[in-house]
Amino acid sequence: MAATLAIVGAADTQVGVVPGRSPTELCVDAALRALADAGLDKSQVDGLITCNAFAEPIMYHAEAIAEYLQIFPRMCMTAGTGGGTTFSVIQHAAAAIAAGTAHTIVISMADSLRSFMSREQAMLTQSSTGHPQYEQPYGPTVPAYYALIAQAHMAQYGTTAAQFAQAAVSGRAHAARNPTAQMRDLITVDDVLNSRLIADPLRLLDCSLVSDGGSAVVVTSAERARDFPHAPVYLLGSGEGHSHEHISQAASLTTSAAVLSGKQAYERAGVSPADIDFAQIYDCFTPTVLIQLEDLGFCGKGEGGAFLESGATLPGGSLPVNTHGGMLSHCHPGNPGAMFALTEAVWQLRGSAGERQVVDASLALVHAQGGIMSSHATLILGRDDD
Amino acid sequence: MMTEPQKIQPRPTAVSAPYFEGCRQGVLRLQQCAACGRQQFYPRIVCSHCGADDLQWHAASGAGRIASYTVVRRGVSAAYEAPYVVALIDLAEGPRMMSQIVHIDADDARLRIGASVCVEFQAWSEDIDLPVFKLLEEQ
Ligand SMILES: [Zn+2]
Repeated sequence: MAATLAIVGAADTQVGVVPGRSPTELCVDAALRALADAGLDKSQVDGLITCNAFAEPIMYHAEAIAEYLQIFPRMCMTAGTGGGTTFSVIQHAAAAIAAGTAHTIVISMADSLRSFMSREQAMLTQSSTGHPQYEQPYGPTVPAYYALIAQAHMAQYGTTAAQFAQAAVSGRAHAARNPTAQMRDLITVDDVLNSRLIADPLRLLDCSLVSDGGSAVVVTSAERARDFPHAPVYLLGSGEGHSHEHISQAASLTTSAAVLSGKQAYERAGVSPADIDFAQIYDCFTPTVLIQLEDLGFCGKGEGGAFLESGATLPGGSLPVNTHGGMLSHCHPGNPGAMFALTEAVWQLRGSAGERQVVDASLALVHAQGGIMSSHATLILGRDDD
Repeated sequence: MMTEPQKIQPRPTAVSAPYFEGCRQGVLRLQQCAACGRQQFYPRIVCSHCGADDLQWHAASGAGRIASYTVVRRGVSAAYEAPYVVALIDLAEGPRMMSQIVHIDADDARLRIGASVCVEFQAWSEDIDLPVFKLLEEQ
């Protein structure tokens, strides 16, 4: 299927520990940087999509960002499906462009979990993703929710903690080549297995970072996309899958709705997992990488551990995964976390990723999920428009 | 004056009140659908299986198995003293619920997926008791 949407601008703010900017300011900063990358003036923006910030919630967030920027869009939306928000909004943007609702849409997201919240606040806020009546009272932390999934996968398929750890090792190997990554020192499986237990079997290095940062893209119709400074990156296929919100209500602990979102995206793009040159896979915790690699068809069900051990996801591997370092090593400011995987995919497909450039990168799969493996969104991006 | 840190409290509604009243009386109650016979958790205004709205409260056996568990080594707040065991329990009647496994050392080898458990109740505040589970002895 020919692409309808293209990404023509992409930018990140400074990430990591950024106390000098509030979440709102980071969101504005990211939007302005992405517009500059696209060679556009803010007056040309007619659509704005944001997500709210935990550290600085605003009731009508996108509207407030538009006001701050002094832009007056015809479409203004604050999206919220947790970590999956980042990519599900691309589908909404594509629909808006196809319908003629808007022509030039800025998608900008930022948060400051590191500098604008205490550790206790960040932990309580994030764990409030659990059911307020029937889960939260028992005191699960966010790592604990994902640990329940990890334990079930270990029991069902014989997956080991060392195999989960490979996802952290792989992410760090990529981050080591990325000057903007928050954590760049190489780590080993033993480093992960010797780090502090957080919620069995998850240890400190199985958990993503707590960061500040913002990231934005500018999207427009595939038709108009050639008139911009950088080569466009086309949306070739997308899909979503929503199976539950609360982990106690999930039909399966070990197979996710990534199966559904991936299938739609592959079908719409007319490609298969074997065609993908590199993948950006949501990595809030190491087990999510392993399970999503399985559910997106990069290996068989239950074979995610062996796939990670094979080195396929490392720099130079058959399927480099999270080429910027991911949320485990690059940065994780909360809901915007996967946006950095999207901007990285754009740079890889433009061929501008420098030392970490994937050779001949022409087709990428990016995948994010929100809640507790609840809301999944898959995008297939390419440098050619069909 | 120092106040004791308080655990996160559920807020019963008209629909869920029989569940929380049951907890106060030491009975784990589930909704059962008069149309299809399925039992469900959490409480809803309709059957999540067939959509019928004729739901009756029944006392569950309190028996179940561990579907998954984790030992939380760093508590979610000062009110939760780590380590503690958070688990998903598959009740004998079918529904799954989140809970805690109590009266067990966090590193006890008997703590495993598939282990049989039974319910008991613990006070969460002056007004709220919640179901928690313990391992059955004969394993
Ligand atoms: Zn029914």
